Amino acid sequence: MSIRVQQEIFDPWKLLAAYESEHADRLGAKTGASAVFVGSMRDFNQDAVVTAMTLEHYPGMTEAYLEKISAEARHRWPIQDSLIVHRFGAIVPGEPIVLVAAWSGHRDAAFAACRYLIDELKHRAPFWKQEKTTTGLRWVEQEKS
Amino acid sequence: MQSITVRYFASIREQLGRSEEQFGLQDLKTVKDVWFRAAGSPPPANLLMAVNQEYVSLDTPVKAGDEVAFFPPVTGG
Repeated sequence: MSIRVQQEIFDPWKLLAAYESEHADRLGAKTGASAVFVGSMRDFNQDAVVTAMTLEHYPGMTEAYLEKISAEARHRWPIQDSLIVHRFGAIVPGEPIVLVAAWSGHRDAAFAACRYLIDELKHRAPFWKQEKTTTGLRWVEQEKS
Repeated sequence: MQSITVRYFASIREQLGRSEEQFGLQDLKTVKDVWFRAAGSPPPANLLMAVNQEYVSLDTPVKAGDEVAFFPPVTGG
């Protein structure tokens, strides 16, 4: 169960390959299914063109919350492992913001756990996006779900 | 003197004009009291709050040494 909250840009696919290699003992032949979500920054939001973003977070609480939902996912589904990577700081359109992955023996648990983790992250993980548009800075509003 | 740390994030920080401060505990019983000391007005309906980095509600009590945080609905992911 791994959490990384970092400023540095990451390549989600290289990161996954490295993670699976590092944890091959756990994620090797015993797991048949992995479900992955990657969220990247778009260059638009509603009517505006977005040129850059600043992602603010609450150091300490962010990590604690992601650890809490990871433990909950492990409790609810038979998953071997989960990984959440989320950036903070300056983000540029096209760059990945978040990676969520779950490994299991079967796809039902992998899909369900991955979905749960990204949904819970978006619902309550203390991050806030501020977009820079052609008309100025604005805070992104939480989507009604 | 017994005190608490209060932190503000995102648009709440911008509205209040500061990111962090210390309050003496005198007359502060709950998170709601802390908000009124900070903002001088009722809390917005969608305000989120945490004590020691765990989500709480307005009627949660506060004690010496606590870190209280106020912030708007989150937009990560």
